[in-house]
Amino acid sequence: MASTTAPTVVTQAARLSSERASRSGIWVGIFAITMSFMAFTSALVVREGSTDWGHLVLPSILYLNTLALLASSVTFEFSRRHMALITGGRLRSEASANLWLVVTLALGISFCVGQYFAWQDLRAQGIYLATNPNSSFFYVLTFIHALHVTAGIGAFLYLLGRLLTANGTVRRSFFENTAIYWHFMGVLWVYLLLLCRMKL
Amino acid sequence: MSETSAQQAHVHAPPEGFLRKYVFSLDHKVIGKQYYALALVAVFTGMFLSWLMRIHMVWPNAKIPGLELLSKVGAPGGIMTPEYYLSLMTMHGTLMVFFVLTNAPFAAFGNYFLPIQIGAEDMAFPRFNMMSFWTTFVAWAVLMLAFVIPDGPPIAGWTEYTPLSAIGKDAGPGMEWGASLWGISIALFCVGSLLGALNFIATTLDLRAKGMTLMRMPLCTWAWFITSCIALLAFAVLLPACILLILDRHAGTSFFIPAGIVASDRLQPHSGGSPLLWQHLFWFFGHPEVYIAILPSMGIVSHILINSMRKPLLSAKVVIYSMMSIGFLSYMVWGHHMFLSGMNPMSGLAFSFPTLTITIPATILTLIWLGSLYGANIQINSASLFALGFISMFVAGGVSGFLLAQPSIDIYLHATYFVVGHFHMVMGVASLFGVFAGTYFWFPKMTGRFMNEGLGKLHFWITFIGTYCIFMPFHYLGLIGNVRRYQSFVDDYMAPYLGVHKFMTIAALITGAGQLIFLFNLIYSRFKGKPAPDNPWNATSLEWSIPSPPPWNNFGGKHPVVYHDPFQYGVKGSKGDFVMQDSPEQVPASGD
Amino acid sequence: MGKFFAIVLVIIAVASAYPILAHHFPLPEDISTHGHLIDDQLNETMVEAGVSFVGAQLVLAAFLWSFTGRKPGSPLKNFPGGARILVVFAFVIVGLEVLALGVLGQKAWASVYFTAPSADALQVQAQAEQFAFYFRYPGPDGKFGQLHPEKIDEGNQNYFGLDPENDVAARDDIVSGELVIPVNKEIHLMMHGKDVGHSFYVRELRIQQDFMPGLDLAVHFTATKVGKYEIVCTQLCGLGHYNMKAYLNVMSQADYDNWLKQQSQ
Repeated sequence: MASTTAPTVVTQAARLSSERASRSGIWVGIFAITMSFMAFTSALVVREGSTDWGHLVLPSILYLNTLALLASSVTFEFSRRHMALITGGRLRSEASANLWLVVTLALGISFCVGQYFAWQDLRAQGIYLATNPNSSFFYVLTFIHALHVTAGIGAFLYLLGRLLTANGTVRRSFFENTAIYWHFMGVLWVYLLLLCRMKL
Repeated sequence: MSETSAQQAHVHAPPEGFLRKYVFSLDHKVIGKQYYALALVAVFTGMFLSWLMRIHMVWPNAKIPGLELLSKVGAPGGIMTPEYYLSLMTMHGTLMVFFVLTNAPFAAFGNYFLPIQIGAEDMAFPRFNMMSFWTTFVAWAVLMLAFVIPDGPPIAGWTEYTPLSAIGKDAGPGMEWGASLWGISIALFCVGSLLGALNFIATTLDLRAKGMTLMRMPLCTWAWFITSCIALLAFAVLLPACILLILDRHAGTSFFIPAGIVASDRLQPHSGGSPLLWQHLFWFFGHPEVYIAILPSMGIVSHILINSMRKPLLSAKVVIYSMMSIGFLSYMVWGHHMFLSGMNPMSGLAFSFPTLTITIPATILTLIWLGSLYGANIQINSASLFALGFISMFVAGGVSGFLLAQPSIDIYLHATYFVVGHFHMVMGVASLFGVFAGTYFWFPKMTGRFMNEGLGKLHFWITFIGTYCIFMPFHYLGLIGNVRRYQSFVDDYMAPYLGVHKFMTIAALITGAGQLIFLFNLIYSRFKGKPAPDNPWNATSLEWSIPSPPPWNNFGGKHPVVYHDPFQYGVKGSKGDFVMQDSPEQVPASGD
Repeated sequence: MGKFFAIVLVIIAVASAYPILAHHFPLPEDISTHGHLIDDQLNETMVEAGVSFVGAQLVLAAFLWSFTGRKPGSPLKNFPGGARILVVFAFVIVGLEVLALGVLGQKAWASVYFTAPSADALQVQAQAEQFAFYFRYPGPDGKFGQLHPEKIDEGNQNYFGLDPENDVAARDDIVSGELVIPVNKEIHLMMHGKDVGHSFYVRELRIQQDFMPGLDLAVHFTATKVGKYEIVCTQLCGLGHYNMKAYLNVMSQADYDNWLKQQSQ
């Protein structure tokens, strides 16, 4: 029986099934998040039927933020190309992988900061959460999305924390699941942007 | 590199220290027990609330000694006010549906036994699992806080329909902070349940041992898996609904509140919202939720019945497909809670057809259970009594659905005691019978001791006869138009039927007292119960192949290999009339 | 104990069915033109539910009687036909039955909801509020005045928020705490929710409909018998929900005309 001071030993089979499980987990999680935004969407569609539904001019910084978020997906893929697979299902950074990862993190953070500026823009026009139903949905949708993006940023900080140490490695499955989640944030944002443009 | 069963594999290190072992545990077995303990506290609280409700309904002006300690405002001098009745009723429903019926059959037993039954060392995400329990615990604590705040718990029922629940304190007592605590509590509960469902799904799909194909999983494992798929979608919709409700209450938005509402002589500063939207969102969650409450018990009962009757069910595949179709159909019927809500009457018809259609898989399941009993060798013990009682209760509670599913009949029966009888019997009683059956069955595995059989049988008889006595009359009262959610019955036409209410109250008090026998048995047997071997029921599934109670890593670091489905009963096995799933022995072809 | 269980099941099945068969909880008298459709559907479905319930309990009892307490080593048998016949039965018999219920049952639903009120139906508006019902008649001019929520004044009995000073149509509106209607005349009841959700339920009329704040809902019906019947609220609306009621007062046409004349004075 292994003592508690020895590092935990994981067989390849156990690791593979754990990797499969975390892959299932990320897709299941994405499915649940999608379902939640479907609920918000249907609330929007119902609410749109009321006579007080107006029109919200989207702050133009949103488009810049969109570019930042989509670019961050691209830079993440650049980072991935420069990761090397080592035994035990782990990845090590090579060449500019870490740099691309930092750029991705910066773009992600700038997306969130940009969203904040978008809210400031609306506030400056006197448009707050409860001003009208359009603004209510705008704030709710963008805020909840930003909350989920922040979780992704947390994952990046963890990745960088590991990879920037000497001989740092990360689990390949964690890296790839973060990628899936992050790309999903981009896809979700494009959907929300289109929804806001067309409906709000 | 191929695995060998001798190699050690650790998903996480063995726990050290009190906090890691018993409080913030990553071990699915401890987490399962924590959920069970929470459900136990919630069910006795909920039951106690129902006693208060039933006593008040029959003797509205009675002094209930000590009640003023619970709330000076709600029960001055021990006499319950009408609004406090509604507060207790709201808390009763919320505790029972969320913290008992979702926690006990699903989170508690599922967490404990799903990994073991598929041959895994733990759930896929032990840290998420721990977070899931503690989030649920915080949700419960936030809800209970409503009892302590001056204005008391909310009075809008566990369904918290808007605008009553959305406009704030002008709606009435308990609707200021009480309703907000409800919203926060349930939102947290959603998060905990989503994390839990995620874990169950990933674990079932990816951590099965070698030889454990999906079709070789026990039926309760299937039930937990299907339930977690339903739960994932359902709670993902309730969470946004609660968020929007909280915003309407505190941020001045108008998702659910239309214009022109005048409450407490004040024109409410909202406009354009749709109260019907809340109902749609809530019931889109709410209907699958009741299947989340019953499916695990169906699985547990199937699992126990097979063992008790020493014979497989007529077809496990049919049971699995029926449970799946119930899960699928559960998403198409939510409007049957809203026939009279003002939604398009065409929708009413549209919803009634899938509602009636759910009768088909439910009937298939009932017929399979009944048909399988034919020619069996049924062993009677506390666990099997509750499993058999489940069949009786499920039918009793289910057939009233024939009436409620039809919008025409619902015109008359909606919001009457007929509905209350229906859901208590099928959800409250039948589902709970599954939990009781599971408790008696799995207690020896979880603790290494038997529960007392005599007390168990006594508990069964009091509960079985008692719940029929309580809930059958609900249906009759519904037929004469007894309206629900009334704290007392002042209408002329109710006068001849108050005696029936008295009968139900007495039955409820006696049946409730019977549950104390169960509680005593549970606690006493934990410490003083007769020691139990590893496989006291001569059962086949993997949980019975490991020690009682199981070691922290379930299989002692070994990888189980599965050769059979869990239905090998009534065969000539080396140990008796059964063959365990992990036994390499060949099963001789039987004559049947 | 298996045999004891079987006996208990039989007793429970019989005892549960008895109050229904002995009509101890009869439906209230039906005073509506459409109610018989609902009653017929209810009674028919009750028979099917009852037969299913009693049948299942008796089958369970029979199997418990025969297959518990058997001698060890007794041969195991399978239900003849196995799962297949049960699945076929469920799909064909039960499936057809419930779908028939659904199809036939829609007649009653349609008669309430898919028919428009006739052009000469008597229009009355019902308002539900915490915790009373009020009813408004258009008065001799046949026109309802506009509602102004900000003008609602309970203390001065302006429950609907009428503005007779500025609104001509509102001047002759009649407000009553009782729903007074003539017998055998179709009523078009328009339903307005003032604060939270409520519901209008008259058992004898076989009518129930929620008030949905923000939505203009209505029901129409014809009462066929003179008398006073209770209107109760069936949607949880707050602390006074249990006590929120009014009376439906069905009068002869002559009496109704008199009542109306008196109200207008």
